Amino acid sequence: MYKEYLTVSSISGPLVVVEKTSGVKFAELVEIELGDGTIRRGRVLDISSERALVQIFEGTSGLDVAKTKIRFLGKTQSLGVCPDLIGRIFDGTGRPRDGGPPVIAHEYLDINGNPINPSARDYPTEFIQTGISAIDGMNPLVRGQKLPIFSASGLPHARIAAQIARQGKVLGKEEKFAVVFGAMGITFEEANFFINDFKNTGAIERAALFINLANEPAIERISTPRLALTAAEYFAFRLDMHVLVILIDMTLYCESLRQISAARKEIPGRRGYPGYLYTDLATIYERAGKIKNKPGSITLLPILTMPEDDKTHPIPDLTGYITEGQIILSRQIHRQGVYPPIDVLSSLSRLKDKGIGRDKTREEHSDLMNQLFACYARGKEAKELAVILGEAALSDEDKIYLKFSENFENEFVRQGETQVRNVAETLDLGWRLLSRIPRRELKRIREEYLDKYYQNAT
Amino acid sequence: MNQPKIIRVSGPLIVASGCRGARMFDVVYVSQERLIGEIIELKGDLAFIQVYEDTTGIGPDEPVYLSNEPLSVELGPGLISMIYDGIQRPLELIRKEKGDFVQRGMELPALDRQKIWHFNPRVKINQELVSGDILGEVVETGLIKHKILVPGQVSGRVIQIQEGDFKIDDVVAKIENAGKIMEIRMSQRWPVREPRPVKERLLPDEPLITGQRVIDTLFPIAKGGAACIPGPFGSGKTVFLHTVAKWADADVIVYAACGERGNEVADLLLSLPELKDLRTGRPLMEKTVVIANASNMPVAAREASIYTAITIAEYFRDMGYSVALMADSTSRWAEALREISGRLEEMPGEEGYPAYLTTRLAEFYERAGKTVCSGSDGRVGTLTVMGAVSPPGGDVSDPVVQNTLRVIKAFWGLDDKLASSRHFPAINWLNSYSLYHENIQEFLTGKISEDYPKLKTEAMRLLEEESKLLEIARLVGVETLSLSDRLILEAARMIREDFLHQNAFHEIDAYTSLKKQCRMLKLILGFYHQAGEMLEKGKALKEIFDLPIREKISRVKYIPENKPEEFDLLEKLIRGGAGE
Repeated sequence: MYKEYLTVSSISGPLVVVEKTSGVKFAELVEIELGDGTIRRGRVLDISSERALVQIFEGTSGLDVAKTKIRFLGKTQSLGVCPDLIGRIFDGTGRPRDGGPPVIAHEYLDINGNPINPSARDYPTEFIQTGISAIDGMNPLVRGQKLPIFSASGLPHARIAAQIARQGKVLGKEEKFAVVFGAMGITFEEANFFINDFKNTGAIERAALFINLANEPAIERISTPRLALTAAEYFAFRLDMHVLVILIDMTLYCESLRQISAARKEIPGRRGYPGYLYTDLATIYERAGKIKNKPGSITLLPILTMPEDDKTHPIPDLTGYITEGQIILSRQIHRQGVYPPIDVLSSLSRLKDKGIGRDKTREEHSDLMNQLFACYARGKEAKELAVILGEAALSDEDKIYLKFSENFENEFVRQGETQVRNVAETLDLGWRLLSRIPRRELKRIREEYLDKYYQNAT
Repeated sequence: MNQPKIIRVSGPLIVASGCRGARMFDVVYVSQERLIGEIIELKGDLAFIQVYEDTTGIGPDEPVYLSNEPLSVELGPGLISMIYDGIQRPLELIRKEKGDFVQRGMELPALDRQKIWHFNPRVKINQELVSGDILGEVVETGLIKHKILVPGQVSGRVIQIQEGDFKIDDVVAKIENAGKIMEIRMSQRWPVREPRPVKERLLPDEPLITGQRVIDTLFPIAKGGAACIPGPFGSGKTVFLHTVAKWADADVIVYAACGERGNEVADLLLSLPELKDLRTGRPLMEKTVVIANASNMPVAAREASIYTAITIAEYFRDMGYSVALMADSTSRWAEALREISGRLEEMPGEEGYPAYLTTRLAEFYERAGKTVCSGSDGRVGTLTVMGAVSPPGGDVSDPVVQNTLRVIKAFWGLDDKLASSRHFPAINWLNSYSLYHENIQEFLTGKISEDYPKLKTEAMRLLEEESKLLEIARLVGVETLSLSDRLILEAARMIREDFLHQNAFHEIDAYTSLKKQCRMLKLILGFYHQAGEMLEKGKALKEIFDLPIREKISRVKYIPENKPEEFDLLEKLIRGGAGE
């Protein structure tokens, strides 16, 4: 039996102070019984000899100082895991929300996990073909990578994420594969889009969903991504599966974090976000990866919406410093009616170099990619110039590049939502676009590959 | 005395009572699990402790054990090729004992206790020695001869020393001083926050050759210098530091991955054993020590990690080696400092960073230098420090960047725009600088080429002019510029694309020797001068640009180091009128 405390002395925002505690441990799980008998849960944030500061996951509305009973459970927040998690839908605190029975856990795992020992990490090198040229050709994704999508309100990030979940595969391999979906504060419609997409494609059979909707307590969102990743770690490193984790929307997660920090009256960092935002995000993102001598992997695809489309806002900024690249969506390309509106130039995949090339995609992939980048960048510059001076003032060379960049967006980046372009098709498309540029300009490509693949069309 | 006990836990900060007599920065062990922590503030009998491990499940009334010793690292044979966390725990060993995930409360020895080393004395019985003198040597790896030094505060007459096989805890020599006999072992401890002593500091006068053209030619760093590499995410800081770690001509490399990505550490660990040292052909791992405290590992250990790294680096410098330390990234270290400071409820300075950020940064970078090592033989060692900075949004007005600028002399500013057009290394030539040009001038003119300094001045001038001309061209169009100005634009473009742009993943392009760098630049500028003459003679600009020699110049970066004759041919071609 746990000791019950009736000594709540103050309630502020999501935080409750309990007096005259003893034997309480840091980060311990707490059960709160309201006057009307409902039970909520929380976690110890700060503990001194006679007082504990508790964060309530479901929020503090309806709590009172007199009748609230507090029980310290002597354990940390954990997730009961078993293979049956797959195919189920849970709420943001890990309780079933699909009407099914509770999961019978084989084992309880701490949702904060432990960091992977850097010397145990295996460097991700397996190319995942997403069937999307702007990703496969220019910013390839590999197994075990964490690659966020930087989006903004009104852009089709959900459709792109669903397309990657649907089409992504490692060439020439059939392996155990699962999707873990963690949603923090998204709308019912958005959640429904994913659930329906998973149902229609049968992906739901190999997915576990943790969903906290926009109208549910914001504080729950702190645990949601951790629950999702704990499930993912179990699938990947115990059950040897390849797991794709989609987390949406990290911006709302960070806002919950800010809410708690403000309630604790901590010294704020940039834009009111706590100074430890980087460390906190790292404990989520760094759980992706591969481990030596273990077949499974966690590939992480977090989605965040950039406030005011601003890449230097603390959330995208700190995310970019932790993740291995980013896929940035552009409102301008979206307006041109191009799907997927991926801004190829500012997007980046840091792990691409060891995932592409001979035996993985094709020998010239790296050179071709660099050349396409350089040409597209030059075309964009020419475009800016044309805006100021008029197209007529451009040199002949600049005109070639201008044309190239337009073709690149319309033929290479643009594709259908269900269209799968395999990597060879993507690369051939790249060569076709380059054929309109004189050979001597293609300095980033080795002679031997130019001899083999380049055909001049001018 | 009372047993000190915990009275408060707040994340990585623990407050303990009953700590009278404890000293600042002493190591303590928290709870029965013996989590390692360090005292960072004392108030009466209260000690404020930053804990290097996760404090989940720790609560008030649990015991705290004082060690009465500052946070120290163990120095001795066996350091090389190791990978440690921020407080020198061997990660490879932890993995073997505890599995793939790092758990807490582990105390494992930093150096292998059982390994046997062959000790070769360098001094004789009865010789008088002072602290810092070399007692003997151990062949640690194919690249490093580990010098066993007389520890601090020890001096006197050697009364016993012999060649033989020893473990690091065995006594290898005895020194007598005024009747007192001191036993010398191969390992010693040193507190990380205290710089190791040197006899004299010298001015750096030799370049650290990195094989990176933009650095060696335009913004060089001297051995014993300090450089700062700021840049937004995705601009290639880490790839650049890795590249320098792989190619720099330092004897020992200490790489501190401080609060960065685990996969990048994995990449480094997998590639170092495969890469060969240029001079000896041995694996690079044989001269490298890695300190890895990834971003999801405890934040307080991240704060300690750069001190751990620089102390190990100083130890090798004291043996007379040239050591290069890469710290990636100092921003994460500063953030750890900020986080702890916030929990101590200290008054914040700029951007929430503590007011002592400036002094801490200065103290760190000042540990770099070219020095006469302690001891009596006057050997010289160098410690070069390169620190990456990750300012929010790439904004260099960030306090960490600004405070770093005061103490470093080479600034390599990485640029988002260059990176997104895939110009790597994305070092912006307009805002970067190096104050080491003067220091190393003699070395360059003496060892490489008399006209090297002149060439680089001219290259810099062309790049400067280009940026001005481009401004004008943006307003009124390229066509309106004079022919000679358009030639300058073309020459600058050649310098950018054919010289500064360098592919770190290309087998030949990844490294360029100083001699080759000089010749490459000479070719480009030679072409520019010839083209100028042709222009005067009335040749059309387009014809000059279309000369076949231009494509040849664009490919000189791929000429192997062992085929200088290809350069001879091209140089001859240019002297003869650029193949008109």
